[in-house]
This record gives sequence, structure tokens and C-alpha cells, in this order.
Amino acid sequence: MITRMLLQGIDRNLRLFIGLVVLLGIALALCNQLVPAGKPFHVPAWVLQLIGKYLCYALLALAVDLVWGFCGILSLGHGAFFALGGYCMGMYLMRQIGSRGVYGNPTLPDFMVFLNYKELPWFWHGFDQFWFAAIMIIVVPSVLAFALGWFAFRSRVTGVYLSIITQAMTFALMLAFFRNDMGLGGNNGMTDFKDILGFSVQADGTRAVLCLASALALALGLTISGAIVGSRFGKALTAVRDAESRMRFLGYRVEGYKLFVFVLSAAMAGVAGALYVPQVGIINPSEFSPANSIEAVIWVAVGGRGTLIGAVIGAFLVNWGKTWLTGALPEVWLFALGALFIAVTLFLPKGVVGLWSQIRSRTTGRKARVAA
Amino acid sequence: MPFLRLLARTLLTLASVSIAGMALAADLPSLVANLTTGSFGDRETAVGALAASGDARAAPILEALAAGQLYIRKSDSVVVIGKPDANRLALTEAISGKPAGQGSEAELDRVRVNNRLRGIIEAAVGSLTLMSPDPRVRRGAADSLLKRPDPAALAALDAAIAAEKDPRIKAVFGEARAAVVLASDSPKPQKLEAIAILRDRGDRDSLSILQGAANSASDADVKAAANAAATSVRQTLAAWEAAQNVWYGISLGSVLLLAAIGLAITFGTMGVINMAHGEMVMLGAYTTFVVQDIIRTSAPHLFDMSLVIALPLAFLVAGGIGIVIERTIIRFLYGRPLETLLATWGLSLVLQQAVRSIFGPSNREVGAPSWMSGFFQVGQITVTYGRLWIVVFALAVFATLILLLRKTPLGLYMRAVTQNRPMASAMGIRTPRVDALTFGLGSGIAGLAGVALSQIDNVSPNLGQGYIIDSFMVVVFGGVGNLFGTLVGATALGIVNKFLEPYAGAVLGKILVLVFIILFIQRRPRGLFALKGRSVE
Repeated sequence: MITRMLLQGIDRNLRLFIGLVVLLGIALALCNQLVPAGKPFHVPAWVLQLIGKYLCYALLALAVDLVWGFCGILSLGHGAFFALGGYCMGMYLMRQIGSRGVYGNPTLPDFMVFLNYKELPWFWHGFDQFWFAAIMIIVVPSVLAFALGWFAFRSRVTGVYLSIITQAMTFALMLAFFRNDMGLGGNNGMTDFKDILGFSVQADGTRAVLCLASALALALGLTISGAIVGSRFGKALTAVRDAESRMRFLGYRVEGYKLFVFVLSAAMAGVAGALYVPQVGIINPSEFSPANSIEAVIWVAVGGRGTLIGAVIGAFLVNWGKTWLTGALPEVWLFALGALFIAVTLFLPKGVVGLWSQIRSRTTGRKARVAA
Repeated sequence: MPFLRLLARTLLTLASVSIAGMALAADLPSLVANLTTGSFGDRETAVGALAASGDARAAPILEALAAGQLYIRKSDSVVVIGKPDANRLALTEAISGKPAGQGSEAELDRVRVNNRLRGIIEAAVGSLTLMSPDPRVRRGAADSLLKRPDPAALAALDAAIAAEKDPRIKAVFGEARAAVVLASDSPKPQKLEAIAILRDRGDRDSLSILQGAANSASDADVKAAANAAATSVRQTLAAWEAAQNVWYGISLGSVLLLAAIGLAITFGTMGVINMAHGEMVMLGAYTTFVVQDIIRTSAPHLFDMSLVIALPLAFLVAGGIGIVIERTIIRFLYGRPLETLLATWGLSLVLQQAVRSIFGPSNREVGAPSWMSGFFQVGQITVTYGRLWIVVFALAVFATLILLLRKTPLGLYMRAVTQNRPMASAMGIRTPRVDALTFGLGSGIAGLAGVALSQIDNVSPNLGQGYIIDSFMVVVFGGVGNLFGTLVGATALGIVNKFLEPYAGAVLGKILVLVFIILFIQRRPRGLFALKGRSVE
């Protein structure tokens, strides 16, 4: 019933797209598991890993799109929420290593033994339980987003000021996480993961499940975002984006709207990060670097701001291009990315999705003229 | 009669001096011989006697002894100094200083020393070199006496003070004498006087002497005086340390000011977020590198002028590129600050990669001209010339910019366009041209900053990235659209950063400052010095 209620508010294209994402996930997982290697439809593990990674990026892009596209908050710090979710998952995975680490300490992860820790820092307690880690993956980014948003939206920090503050936040976090005495692995971060929920992280089956889980998480994210955007609340949100002062004069509590979306978006980014970490097998402070956050914004811009579908398409397109270019012509990648930033803002303000609808409206317009 | 008396006195003096000289000359061999025999205790006395002799030849012998280079030749029992020369030792006779051929360790007996003896020797050499003709050596001798006060040197020190003509060295001698008096068993009034002298010196050395005196003094008055003086010295030291931190803070603030001031123009007066601003700084630094490279190969005598030559070039390069950027990209994005931010970020990536492709990813070395190296002391503050020049340069750039904005037609147009674009346009100001020039000016100043920063930072493609967030913080903190706010913001942030560093460490200090600014912007979203009026919203 809840599903139905959620789906009611979502327009037809988005529903189709959600179905497509779920199908993609199932198909990839099945083709990897059931089709034996060597057959034409077999999906090798590295493709699973790559697509799984893209799916996590797409969820991050979706989170950015929700705040930027529908609420006008350009966050340059969403990478921080992504990384915090990733660190929570990383802490869980570190605890699962147990005594199989290089130093064989049953409770302390290797880097703590190396740094002469005598006992587990307080914030590591509980992370040996998956349920606790799962809650933290959502809670930690949400709390940070709530704190930042509560301060910022109440004092009406908007536009580029907010962008710069979010960027400073992720920069400060990056500096903090680079410190060894944070107790989170310092500049090496966390790696060498062994198990997740008792299954080996390296196994094909686990990869297939993780990829499927990422697809499902993305589908869920799309459903929630679609439902919000399609509801009355979403209409008010778009109005806040377009005329914040007017909404305030009309008696809406603008801060509340913004804060809700910002926190929800941070939680989505956290989940994306948590799914990302076991698939790539490492989390380190460079995930906090401001450049990553801005890159996530460009995925949304390429796909089309304020379209939800566009965020996913943009994340896939840009990251596929990155994978291909950094392999083929590593020198050119930054030129291409930079040019993409400029070209999209100058020539494609509505992104790829916008381009498509632009072409369609032009052709239908021509047809209409011909008919007339 | 007076004449005769004078003559007699002169003769007497001459005679006594020459007798003393002869006695010394006769004594030196026996004194040196005492050094090489007997127990370590006997040798200590011998070192003391040598020091008391005041013979200039004794100093190198004692130094050789402390360094373990004093030997007795087995064949003829002559005391020699052996300096390592290839595999063998180059020998000189200790007393006459004549070269004595070469020798190997096997032909020689080393005169042994222990650490206690070394300390005594150091003090003794200190008192021996008090009369050296070289003022630096004299000063060094006084300093070493201050660190290791040797009661035996009191007489030598008194003689040196009487003979000294340079008042500054004389003051140091006086302080060394005070340290020696405290270490000796002089009467109480003298000790109290010495404590006062050391208290007035007020540095780390005097603190350790005073603490030592307070611990070892048997007399209660001396002990109390030494304790009081030590407390006062500690306060002096803390004050100097704070002053040093302020200077470091001003120095960091000037760097921030240089990096941020161009941004204050583009962001503050035009409302354009230029994320490629850091890359303009980087281009300025690379311009300096290229200028120095050309000078090194074709006109090395101009090297000291390289920075002066690089300044206008860096301004033109960065400013020119800025104008091109404004004309080709930014002018299409006016009124859409978030898009401007993304486009200029893309631009910064392109510029970084371009520089990386041309100059390589590694750091490039930019040398310092001679007038920028070295340092001097103000009280207990160390000031390096490089930092001093950067502070001066930052202030000069700031003053020029203020003058430019207030006193020139371009500045007038710029302010008019900032305040009311349609009205300015209606009055016949060509706003697109003013936009391009303003952006060019902001970028050009970033280029100037690059020349200065090439002196203190690594010249690499990532140079600009390190400054961009800090610069935005300075501009936002100081108040957008207000150059004085930028000046105050940069200095304040620089000083706060440096005061936090000793307590929190460099990284945590930076994080604290960032958090502070984030909270500050919440309270005053328009910065310290906000523009007032209707044009703000």
C-alpha cells in the first residue's frame, strides 16, 4: 500500500526509469551468477564492480539533484556526506577483519596497533554489529547536515555563500580525517576488507549482491525523490527555489523545507557512500576533497538539473567517460572534464535530458505547423 | 721632574710587560705539558692555568684538545696538533705553530679528554678569546661564557670589559660577567646586582642561569631575588613570543591578503565567483619561473632584478588571460552565480592540466634574490627579509588598488557599474568594457600575488588550489565589496591562525579557523564590514 501511495505521485517516465534501474541490477546479477563464464551473456566481475560503482555515484548525483535541482541549494560538500557514510561502512568492515589482520589483534584494526593504541576509541564501539553500522550510515551524515543546515538556513545564508560554506566544511573534514590521531586510519584510510555479513568481499556472489543492492538503493532513492517532488511539499520546495522571499512572505517556513530536503539528501549520499566502499575496497580522506563534491555537481549538470532521471544519466555518462579517458588518454581527462564544466553551463543549461525534450518539442512543433 | 717620573713609570711598565710576556712564553710549554700528564683532575687545573695565562696561542691548543686532536709524538715527546688529511694526519707543533710533517695514529699518543673536561675547555676557550681582535669572536666568547659560566674567567672578563670599546659587546660582556658572578662565590650585593643585570637581559639563556641560581643559592635573599627575576624573565619571554606570533600572523595575513585581494575585486565588486582565481596566482608564479629561467641562461647578472622584471609580466599574463576568460565565458553567465562557479571551476581544471602538460607535474624551483634572503633581529623577534618584503609588497598592492579605485576614471566607472549597472550604462559608461577591465585587474593582481608566493611556496600546478578556499574565507569574513574588510579579515585570520597553532597544531588550528568562520557567517552573513543600503539585496 505504501508503495502504491509512493508511486501515485510519480510521473510515468520516472516510473519506467525506476523499473529499468531495478531490471538492470537483477539482470547484471543473474547474468554474472547463472550464465557460465565464456558464454556471450556472461557478465564478468569487473563489469559488476564498475556498474555497482556507477550506481553509487548515481545515487550521490540524485542526492545533489534533489537539493540543487529542486531547492536551489548548491551544495559543494555532498562528497563529505558520501564519505561519512563510507567511513561508517569502512569501520564495520574493519571490525569484521578480526584477528586476520597483519598484526592479528582480535579487536584493534591494524592501523591502531601500528599507532600504539591500547584500546578501541569510544566511537568505534558498536561498529562490529551490522545493524548499528547501518543506522550510523544514515544518522551521521544526517546529523551533520542538520547541524549545518539549521545554522545556515535560519540565518538565511543562501546562494554562493552557502556553496562556499559547504565547500569549507568538506575541506575542514578532509584535513581532520588526514590526521592520524582522529583514530580513523589517517591518510591511509581503511582497506584490506575481508567479510561483509559473513560473505567474502572478493567473492563474485557478494559483488553481484552488492551491485543489485546498489541498484535497489538507487531505485528506492528515485522513488522517494519522485514522490517528494510530485507532492504538495515538492511544489512548495520548487517555489522556495524560484522565489524564496515571496514564499516567506506568504507564510511558509522556508527553513523547514530546506532543512528537511538537505538532511534527506545527506542521508541518501551516506547510503551511496556505504555501498560504494565494499565495492571499491578502500575509503580514505581524499574522498572528502572539495574536487569530488564539485564533480558530483557536474554529473547533475550534464544530465539535467531538476529532472532526477538526468542526475542518474549524467553520473553514468561522465563516469563512463572518465573510466574510458583515464585509461586511453590520461592527460586529456582533466581537459575534458574542465571543458565539460564550461560547455554544459554555457550551452546545455538543462543538460542532456533537457536537450532531448528540446529536440522533441521542436519536432512536435514542426509537425504541428505542418498539420496546420 | 714630572718628566723624569713619567719616563721612569713608562720604563717600568714596559719592563713589567716584557717580563710578564717572557714569563708566559716560558710558561706555555710547561703548562701545555701539564695538560698531557696526570689524572683528569690535574688536567682540569692545567686547563684553568692555561686559560688564566691569557696567551692567545693557548686557544687553538685547547680547542684541539677538546676535539681530540692533540697528540704526543712518540719519537720525541713533542706535543702536536693533528688534523685529518686524507688517510694520515697533518701535524703542527702545538706551541710554536710550525708545521711538523705528517704522521699516522700509530706514531702518536692521543691526549685523552672526557666530557667534563670538554665543558671546562669550552669555557676556558671562551675566556681566552675575549680579547680577540675580531668583534664576532669576542661576542661568541661572551655568549659561550654566558651559557657555561666559569668562575675562573672573572679576572679575564674584567680585563676584557675594561679594554672593550664597542658598547654593544661591552653590554654582553657585562651580562656574561653577571652570569659568572652568580656561579662564583662572590658576596651577596654583587650577586643581587648580577641578578638584576640578567633579569634585564630577559632571554632564554638568562632564564636558565637564573633558575640555576635560584636552585643552588644558599642565601635566602639571593634565592628570592633569583626567583623573582626568573618570573619576570618568563613574562618578558612570553611577551616576546606573543610579539613573534603577531609578526608570523601578519606575515601569513599578508600572504592571504595578496591571494584574496584580487578575489575581493572580482567577487566583491562584480559578484563573480571565480574559482579559477587560484590558477591566476599559479600563472603568476610560473611567469616568475620562466623569467628566472631566461635570466639564468642569458643574463645572470640581472638575477637580483628577476622578481622586479617578473612583476609587470605576471600582471600582464594573468590579467590578459583574465580578460580573455571574461570575454569568452563569464560575460554569458552574469546574474547566474552558481553557473559561473561551475564554469570557472572547469576552467581551473583546464589551466592546471595545461600547466602540468607544459611544465611537468613536479615542483619548479624559483630562487630568491640576494636582497630577499637573510634575516635580522628586533629584540627577540626574528624577521626574515623575504617575509618582510612580502608584507611590504602586499601593503603596496593594497594601497595602489585603493588609489586606483578612488582616484582614477577607471575606478570611478568600476564603482558606478558595481552600484547600479543600468544607470551607469545610461550615463554612457561602456559597462562590458568596464567588466572586462575589472576582471582583468582582479586576475592581474592574482598574478602579482603569484610572484610573491613563488618565494614561499612550491611552484607546482596545484599552487592555486591551496589558496582558493582561504581566499574566499577572507573575502567573506571581511565583508564582500569592501577592500578594507579584506585587509582586516586577512590580518585577523592570519594572526588567529598563528596563535592557535602552538596549542592546537597547524592542521587542527586551520580546522578551528574554518569552523569559526562557518559559525561567524551564520551570525553575520555579510561579513565584518557589510555594505549597507538597498543595493545589497
